[in-house]
Amino acid sequence: MSMAGDPLVRDVQERQEGSVVVLAGEIDYNQSHKLLEVLNGVIEKRPSCLVVDLGAVEYMDSSGLGTLVKIFQQVNGYKGKMALVAMNDRVRNAFEITRLDQFFAIHQTVDEALQA
Amino acid sequence: MTQGAEQSDRRAVDLSILSDPKNLAVVRAAAEKMARQEGFAPNDVDGIMLAIDEALANVMRHGYEGQKDCEIRIRLEATDDQKSGAGLIVTLRDQGKQVDPEVIKGRDLEDVRPGGLGVHIIQTVMDHVEYSCLEEGGMQLRMVKYVRRPDEPSS
Repeated sequence: MSMAGDPLVRDVQERQEGSVVVLAGEIDYNQSHKLLEVLNGVIEKRPSCLVVDLGAVEYMDSSGLGTLVKIFQQVNGYKGKMALVAMNDRVRNAFEITRLDQFFAIHQTVDEALQA
Repeated sequence: MTQGAEQSDRRAVDLSILSDPKNLAVVRAAAEKMARQEGFAPNDVDGIMLAIDEALANVMRHGYEGQKDCEIRIRLEATDDQKSGAGLIVTLRDQGKQVDPEVIKGRDLEDVRPGGLGVHIIQTVMDHVEYSCLEEGGMQLRMVKYVRRPDEPSS
C-alpha cells in the first residue's frame, strides 16, 4: 500500500519505541475510510506503541474520531499503547465535545508520547 | 433595482449539494466564512462548522444510505432578535428516509465506541436543534446558534 504522497498521510516512521503516523489535512466522512485503511496497515505489524501525530491536521469530525477509537480498541486488544500528539484548537474542540480528550493519551510531542 | 434597508440587511446563503462526501469541505468553508462574518468567537465558529458537517454526514450516511447523487439543500441565515440577539440559523433539507424525530438522540458518551457521536455534537454545540419530517418527503433539520456575549461561558 503506497502512502507516500497521499495528502492524508504525511509520513510513517518506524522507530525503536514504536510506529509514528503523521497525518495532515481535513479528516471528515469523505476521508475517514482512508484513515482507517492507513492505520490498519500500520498496526498489522503490531507495534508496541502507535503514535498518531495530528500537528498538521486542520479539521476532524466524528468519523475521524470514531476511526481513532476503532484503532485504539485494536491496539488495546493486542496490549499495545496508542497516543495522540499535537492537535490544534479546532481538533481539540472536537475531542472535548465528545469527551474523547479524557479517553486518549494526548501529548505535546512525539518523543514525549513514545517515552510515556 | 433598489432595495429597502431591511432587505439589504438580510444575510442568507442558500447552497445545494449532491450527497457526495467530497462536497462536505465546500459547505464547511461557507459556514466558517459566514459564522466569522456574524461575529462568532473562533471556538464557536469551529463548533458551527462541526455541527453542520455532522448533520450533513448523517443525511448522506442514513438519510440517503450512501447514495452520492441526491440533493441536500442548506440555508445559512443570520438572525438578530430582541430576546436572543445575533445568531445563525442553519436549515438542512433532504429527500431521504424519514425518521421519527423523537428517536434522534445523542448517545451516552460513557460508552466509548466509534459511531453515534454526530447527534451529540450537534446538540452540544447548537443552542436550538429541531428535526422534522417534511410533508413532501425527507427531513428538515433546523439549528440555531447565538453569538455569545463576552461574559458568557462557551458550550
